Amino acid sequence: MSDTTAGAVFIAVLALALAAAYRPLGDYMYRVVNSTRHLRVERVMYRLIGVNPDGEQSWGVYARSVLAFSAVSVLFLYLFLRVQHWLWLSLGFPNVVPSGAWNTAVSFVTNTNWQWYSGESTMGHLVQMAGLAVQNFASAAVGIAVAVALVRGFTRGSAKSGLRGSAGQPGPGADQLGNFWVDLVRICVRIVLPLSVLAAVVLVAGGAIQNLSAGTDVHTLAGATQHITGGPVASQEAIKDLGTNGGGFYNANSAHPFENPTAWTNWLEIFLLLVISFSLPRTFGRLVGSNKQGYAIVAAMVIMAAGSIIMINVLQGTHPGTVPAAVGAATEGTESRFGVFNSGTFASATTLTSTGSVDSFHDSYTALGGGVLLLNMMLGEVAPGGTGSGLYGILILAVLTVFVAGLMVGRTPEYLGKKIGAREVKFASLYFLTTPTLVLAGTAVGMATGWGKAGILNPGAHGLSEVLYAFTSAANNNGSAFAGLTVNTTPYNIALGLAMLLGRFLPMVFALGLAGSVAGQNPVPESAGRCWSASP
Amino acid sequence: MAVTTVGQGPAAAGQPSGSGGRRISGGLLDPGQLWRSTPDALRKLNPATLWRNPVMFIVEVGSVCTTVLSLVHPTVFAWLITVWLWLTVVFANLAEAVAEGRGKAQAETLRRAKTDTVARRLPAWPALTEEPVPATGLQLGDVVVVEAGQTIPGDGDVIEGIASVDESAITGESAPVIRESGGDRSAVTGGTRVLSDRIVVRITQKPGESFIDRMIALVEGANRQKTPNEIALNILLAALTIIFLLAVATLQPLAIYSKSVQAFAPDSQALDATGLTGVVLVSLLVCLIPTTIGALLSAIGIAGMDRLVQRNVLAMSGRAVEAAGDVNTLLLDKTGTITLGNRQASEFLPVDGVAAAALADAAQLSSLADETPEGRSVVVYAKTAYGLRERHPGELSHATWVEFTAQTRMSGVDLNEVPARRIRKGAAAAVMKWVRDHGGHPTEQVGPIVDGISASGGTPLVVAEHLDGAPARALGVIHLKDVVKQGMRERFDEMRRMGIRTVMITGDNPLTARAIAAEAGVDDFLAEAKPEDKMALIKREQEGGKLVAMTGDGTNDAPALAQADVGVAMNTGTSAAKEAGNMVDLDSDPTKLIEIVEIGKQLLITRGALTTFSIANDVAKYFAIIPAIFAAVYPGLGTLNIMALHSPASAILSAVIFNALVIVALIPLALRGVRYTPSSAAAMLRRNLLVYGLGGVIVPFLGIKLIDLVVQFIPGIS
Repeated sequence: MSDTTAGAVFIAVLALALAAAYRPLGDYMYRVVNSTRHLRVERVMYRLIGVNPDGEQSWGVYARSVLAFSAVSVLFLYLFLRVQHWLWLSLGFPNVVPSGAWNTAVSFVTNTNWQWYSGESTMGHLVQMAGLAVQNFASAAVGIAVAVALVRGFTRGSAKSGLRGSAGQPGPGADQLGNFWVDLVRICVRIVLPLSVLAAVVLVAGGAIQNLSAGTDVHTLAGATQHITGGPVASQEAIKDLGTNGGGFYNANSAHPFENPTAWTNWLEIFLLLVISFSLPRTFGRLVGSNKQGYAIVAAMVIMAAGSIIMINVLQGTHPGTVPAAVGAATEGTESRFGVFNSGTFASATTLTSTGSVDSFHDSYTALGGGVLLLNMMLGEVAPGGTGSGLYGILILAVLTVFVAGLMVGRTPEYLGKKIGAREVKFASLYFLTTPTLVLAGTAVGMATGWGKAGILNPGAHGLSEVLYAFTSAANNNGSAFAGLTVNTTPYNIALGLAMLLGRFLPMVFALGLAGSVAGQNPVPESAGRCWSASP
Repeated sequence: MAVTTVGQGPAAAGQPSGSGGRRISGGLLDPGQLWRSTPDALRKLNPATLWRNPVMFIVEVGSVCTTVLSLVHPTVFAWLITVWLWLTVVFANLAEAVAEGRGKAQAETLRRAKTDTVARRLPAWPALTEEPVPATGLQLGDVVVVEAGQTIPGDGDVIEGIASVDESAITGESAPVIRESGGDRSAVTGGTRVLSDRIVVRITQKPGESFIDRMIALVEGANRQKTPNEIALNILLAALTIIFLLAVATLQPLAIYSKSVQAFAPDSQALDATGLTGVVLVSLLVCLIPTTIGALLSAIGIAGMDRLVQRNVLAMSGRAVEAAGDVNTLLLDKTGTITLGNRQASEFLPVDGVAAAALADAAQLSSLADETPEGRSVVVYAKTAYGLRERHPGELSHATWVEFTAQTRMSGVDLNEVPARRIRKGAAAAVMKWVRDHGGHPTEQVGPIVDGISASGGTPLVVAEHLDGAPARALGVIHLKDVVKQGMRERFDEMRRMGIRTVMITGDNPLTARAIAAEAGVDDFLAEAKPEDKMALIKREQEGGKLVAMTGDGTNDAPALAQADVGVAMNTGTSAAKEAGNMVDLDSDPTKLIEIVEIGKQLLITRGALTTFSIANDVAKYFAIIPAIFAAVYPGLGTLNIMALHSPASAILSAVIFNALVIVALIPLALRGVRYTPSSAAAMLRRNLLVYGLGGVIVPFLGIKLIDLVVQFIPGIS
């Protein structure tokens, strides 16, 4: 089997697996977020944080809850990193410097997982497990929660006609979006956690390591001493991909054999990256009571994603450029275990989903291939985007698309029965303004200041791409790095941290604002003039 | 008569040259109009007014910047860009000025209808003592008298008399209309002229708030408010503008950096060691922001109102026009909208061996005092079908006339013959009761005939007579029939395809209503409708989130007109109805509601189509400008120059010129509105995406290339 055929089969099987997971996983997530029952463990948690699990929140309260939870998370993680040296299992690593701790804390809470450090030489096992991995779960759940809240905004109308959570429960008020704490806990306990455990076990079977060893020194045949690291890798690897986080245990991320031992674990990791984001549209369809709407969204995602994956594979496969042409393939920076094609697919998936884990070095991609990766991120997490953030991103995109299209057919535009008026367009516009503003402002500052230019490895256009990639990755909460750029400097840590923070939470607030705005509206009935939003 | 009419020139008399001459024919734009509007366009350059249009305001700020830059470093290229940037702003203003100009022309003719009439006020009405007052001094509630040849001094209701009135000043229709006291034809408008007879009018307007005043304000667009969709679109455009503003601002450090690391690259007119020149940055910005739709947006709105005015409909707010495009449910009065005028007698059906001619005679006699259209149609039918000459109430001196009232639901006549003969005609139930009250027994034959007519959608009227000394008896049944207007079924089918539900409102019984509804092809009907029922129906539809449109003319329609999202009042209607609705149809044609919906839709579609076009235009501009800017430092980007533009300078200039010219080219489309054919949303979206989306991508490639072929010969550009 030739490389090309193998690459194509790899993608085809991936697509089949995702298609197979779409319905069951989407339906399951729907049942979780729409359920009225509380598990015992959940009740304990609600009592601990002191919330009434049956109370509903307006968009303002929901947004404040998201922000409060995240602020506490950042603070906690920051302190954790600052004191890790004195804690158990620190492996003797020193405390993380303030700017670095800030950057990492923000990075993991915002689901960006930008890493300025090398995991194996900076973070102890305890921080990896109880700090970073916890945020891997929480940030993924926050994303899904916000997406669900936005969808609820569309399904709810005035008290009279609003959809009810389910029978027996009093119908939620006009502009209530659910309860953030309930969503957060449920999504963690019932969706992300079980899936991660499953995935971790499979990864261990595939050869990923899972221990608390500080590592062993071995003597190589050549006589040198090599430090073989250990650690709870598999468990973190699972949620890293599943939650579209991307913060690797090792600096080499998924290119490291302990994280991603074989070609089939590579396949599995790509699958994990994509599975929640691609299944959420099903959940969305169920929530709004029309699976067609879910199919429309997932179709849009698939078209964009397929285009990107094919483009990367073609560009990497045909390897334009001097060096690759000379070598015969664009192998530079690619892990030979996976080969050019599978690496390309991984890169595409990771940038499309805002994950940011890598199994090859994007810096070494062919010029146009690297460009596609950049484009993927600039798409703004919609095809299919991060867990949750992808769904709310594409829904807001749909709102704007529907606005222009609705005007074209001579109707006040509406989406899912809600009119898209000035207020909705305002929130949607702000949503889409945030990220480009951060990327452009960040890049401009980076290119205009001394510290910004100092970090560039390859001067010239390539250096420009490095900075642009860094800010694009941060502001879009992707977290993948183009490498090359030296970002472990105080200004870069602070600036990229800010970009991540604003790039994550401003859009969330705008998305929730939009949800609150449409939730307050009476739904408009469907009629012959408007049923087209279900057909892409 | 102490009547002095000051300044009663030919214009002041409100006598237009003709029905056609006053109206500017819609559609085509004559180039002279562009020229005439230029002063207005230049006046609109004032930043204090222009900032309301954020996109064009940015362009103006950019133009000021390039002007300064051109003064500091004068080059042919910089000056040409500056000129074309200013032209872009002027063209945008021109679009708005032209749209307003059309309204102004209309307002001008309306102003001429405003007279300096001196009104003959009757301060102590019903006493007939008169005093002359200037029309402008009339207060709400004043009573004035107007006679043939005089101009009605203000809006009001006729409270006494009947007159034929020339309303051409308002409606453009030269045929006179009848205005009479009582009923739904009592409203008169200031500025119209009484042609015959004498009427007493109670003024219903406040000074300076007359119908004509409002019309003038509306067509001039003086107090035009942005419609909800326009506001939303403006926000979107502002957001796009900000994104591009940021992008361009970011480009500069990138450019400086790119240049500094590749110092060997030759300087171009676009890029030198200090980065991109300001002129190029501004050009890039102006080309990327949605100038096309930004320039035409307000013109589209004004033109939409204007199109309504062309069809003799006055919209009191732009919001109403937009709502018209959105309506889900049309409430249509059966009479006059779906059916021709009123029910007409179509058959006389005698019972119990009564001769047909005798029935016709009795029917005619009993209907002479019935002034309702139905009553008149009986007289007309008796004449056409039975050759009975129409008699007038005065002819029969020995007769006592019983007029039709809504309470008795009968009309008739008591003839002082021997034996005294009483004839009644009216609703079956009422007449049969009358027969029974007068000792008669309703014949077995009447029931089935009445039911049969009702079932077929007609209205049965029973004719009965009572001779002194004999029991009353039924003579027969008159069959009144509704005649559905031609082509209504097709129009309702169109509506259905557009997703609009049509509901017929009628006072008829459900049986009759169903038959007519089926014949006309409406989706639903409301039978035996009282004003409250209408109101309840509207509220019910609105609760489901639907927008409702209706027409009405009577005072009892006023609450429903006010409640409906689009309420079109007939100009012949009462003042209360006109006050309650948000549109007035000067032609008083209820069918026009359908056209109004189409115009509303067309307005929205035009906006959407041009937005799509504007955004799609950007694609070509990327291909023109990006390679032009960076070709020197990144020769690889030269492959993007797929249009093979001559030089960086010519490419940028061509893009800027195209950007300006496309505004002018689209002005006619913005004013006329895009072509609109009723069809399903999906089909329309496909078509418009193809025309304006794909067209918007392709046209600028051609346009920029063509312009480049010309500008490359300008010295200093190549």
